[in-house]
Amino acid sequence: MPVEQLETSKSSALPTGQAVCPELATGPGACTEIRPAHGWTPLVLRDLWNYRELLFFLIWRDVKVRYKQTALGVAWAVIQPLFTMVVFSIFFGHLGKIPSDGLPYPLFTYCALLPWQLFSHALTECSNSVVSNERLITKVYFPRLVIPIAAVLAGLVDFSIAFTILIGMMLYYGVGVSWAVLTLPGFVLLAIATALAVGLWLSALNVQYRDVRYTLFFLVQVWLFLTPVAYPSSMIPPQWRALYGLNPMAGVVESFRWALLGKAESPGVMLLVSIGAVALILAGGLYYFRRMEKSFADVV
Amino acid sequence: MSQAVIACEEIGKQYRIGQRERYKTLREAITETMAAPFRRLGSALRLSKGEAANGHATIWALKGVSFEIQQGEVVGVIGRNGAGKSTLLKVLSRITEPTEGHARIRGRLSSLLEVGTGFHPELTGRENVYLNGAILGMSRAEIARKFDEIVAFAEIDEFIDTPVKRYSSGMYVRLAFAVAAHMETEVLLVDEVLAVGDAAFQKKCLGKMGEVTKKGRTVLFVSHSMPSIQRLCGRALLLDEGLLVADGRVDKVIERYLACNTAQEFVATFNGEQPQITRASAKWTQQEGIRLEVAFASPFRLRPPLLGISMYDVMGSPVWGTNARFDPQATLPDSMTAGTITVEICTEPLRSDTYYFSLWLADQFQDYCSLERVLSVEVGGGSDDVWRPPRSFIGNVRLDTRWQYEPAHA
Repeated sequence: MPVEQLETSKSSALPTGQAVCPELATGPGACTEIRPAHGWTPLVLRDLWNYRELLFFLIWRDVKVRYKQTALGVAWAVIQPLFTMVVFSIFFGHLGKIPSDGLPYPLFTYCALLPWQLFSHALTECSNSVVSNERLITKVYFPRLVIPIAAVLAGLVDFSIAFTILIGMMLYYGVGVSWAVLTLPGFVLLAIATALAVGLWLSALNVQYRDVRYTLFFLVQVWLFLTPVAYPSSMIPPQWRALYGLNPMAGVVESFRWALLGKAESPGVMLLVSIGAVALILAGGLYYFRRMEKSFADVV
Repeated sequence: MSQAVIACEEIGKQYRIGQRERYKTLREAITETMAAPFRRLGSALRLSKGEAANGHATIWALKGVSFEIQQGEVVGVIGRNGAGKSTLLKVLSRITEPTEGHARIRGRLSSLLEVGTGFHPELTGRENVYLNGAILGMSRAEIARKFDEIVAFAEIDEFIDTPVKRYSSGMYVRLAFAVAAHMETEVLLVDEVLAVGDAAFQKKCLGKMGEVTKKGRTVLFVSHSMPSIQRLCGRALLLDEGLLVADGRVDKVIERYLACNTAQEFVATFNGEQPQITRASAKWTQQEGIRLEVAFASPFRLRPPLLGISMYDVMGSPVWGTNARFDPQATLPDSMTAGTITVEICTEPLRSDTYYFSLWLADQFQDYCSLERVLSVEVGGGSDDVWRPPRSFIGNVRLDTRWQYEPAHA
């Protein structure tokens, strides 16, 4: 069908090339191409960098809003790991007599609960992030990766608050720190990367299959038992340790104990396997997310 | 390479019908994955691609849309609901990807498809300004610089530190629009956002939009309000069922849009459920003026049947209107269940042009049936037909005038 041209008047248009406001002058670099992408889309990390302020604001929003209109407020960040520690100490440590590598059981398990809760919260938030930000996705453009990344990073605030309790406990039990503590940020990063890696897959899947929401609960529960939070990984027969390390959180948790509580045995091989596993899942997750994101606005 | 700020070439966007309504379950996905090799084989053999192949009906929300917009142009996008206006803006703002074709945009683009995107009810007005600004693509420094201006524009100074969930809806909308109105990008896409808020604020927003467009920015503006389009835009695009059907001077395109929506005659079948206009027609003759005939039917007696009329000009502005109840010329029956109402309208003071009618059927208690811009009628034969300056200058009516020139006394 031909387009009817109805007396096109150019009078309203300015002569091309004449920039009215100097600050609006467009450089040749500021050109956006819009076309259907086929197959695998490349990662545009530069685009992500340009939107770093949005990333910051989304994290800030999540943190600000999290404990609004709660009576206990930010205390929740401490209550959750603390109570889990008490329950674990009574049932697994006291009644179940599960070994704790010679450490006081409460300290042993709390030190593991910190990265675990960081991970499990970040994973849950991340998996639901795209769906719960539906309004943003259908109304504004920005690199969609900002959303799951913000969801994961927002968990660091709770983690830092809960960490202060650990310092208190270490003082109470008189556990000194060694130089190994300097490696701790690396393990925090690994926990975050694990949550992001799995969360990317799940958040993109969640857009199309709401089954994810129900699966997530079981996934996190089963994962907790596969991770040496309530028990030491030394209970696992040595020949299976490397395989056990395929669960990246196993490497993270054992490394936490090693870095903070000065446990003799360093996680070694298990940690290497964990890092490798995360790298693979993360790379896959990034590409899967990028591939799916173009249909988010249509499907979510 | 053309220097157009926005250049679209054969843009098409296909949606699966029902895609937005239901999410697949994993079971479906697994069955689908199993079926995928066969499907691929099917499309490789060129069995109908798209539709039948994956068992979903599809529609083209946009198809083969091409146009160019130069710097500083303010272009209105009009069309009925579902014509593809919003989809076009979504494609251009990269929210959704086109199925085919490509577009090129020069310069920074911001889109305003909804007022208050990303506002969080628990956060204060101040916090939301920063959050919303960041979502719309403003930097923190930019927002900080304009913060006072934004608050002043929204007129909510004393509530800026109150959570927005405590705001009235008017305050909410004012603040949201204020943030968006202070963006400084080269290209601005705006969807029907001025439809919210009270009349005074709408006027203020229109003023701000006008200011924005004077700065040499390129604007694509979707609206159902023809007066707003007319006021802001120099050019308009008319979309119909995903196709670009007209492109050109704003008044011509609006005229075309209103014309394609109406007919000389309207017919509907009576469904027996509630009072209804079953037929309506309007005819103009030099002798009688406009003769409007409206037939109605009702499942119960209307006491009395009342007809409301509004007449619009090509710009969509009301010219005149009446209602059988208030018109001193109308003689009303006590009650009727079905019949025809004929209204003769003297058009002597009207300039020759096309006019449109909206009709309502009611009784003394309530409205039953309303038909918006359902009829069009061509009024002609005025003596000023030879000289036709734009209606925006001289209006729709002829008033009797007496002229006198008196030479100055020497």
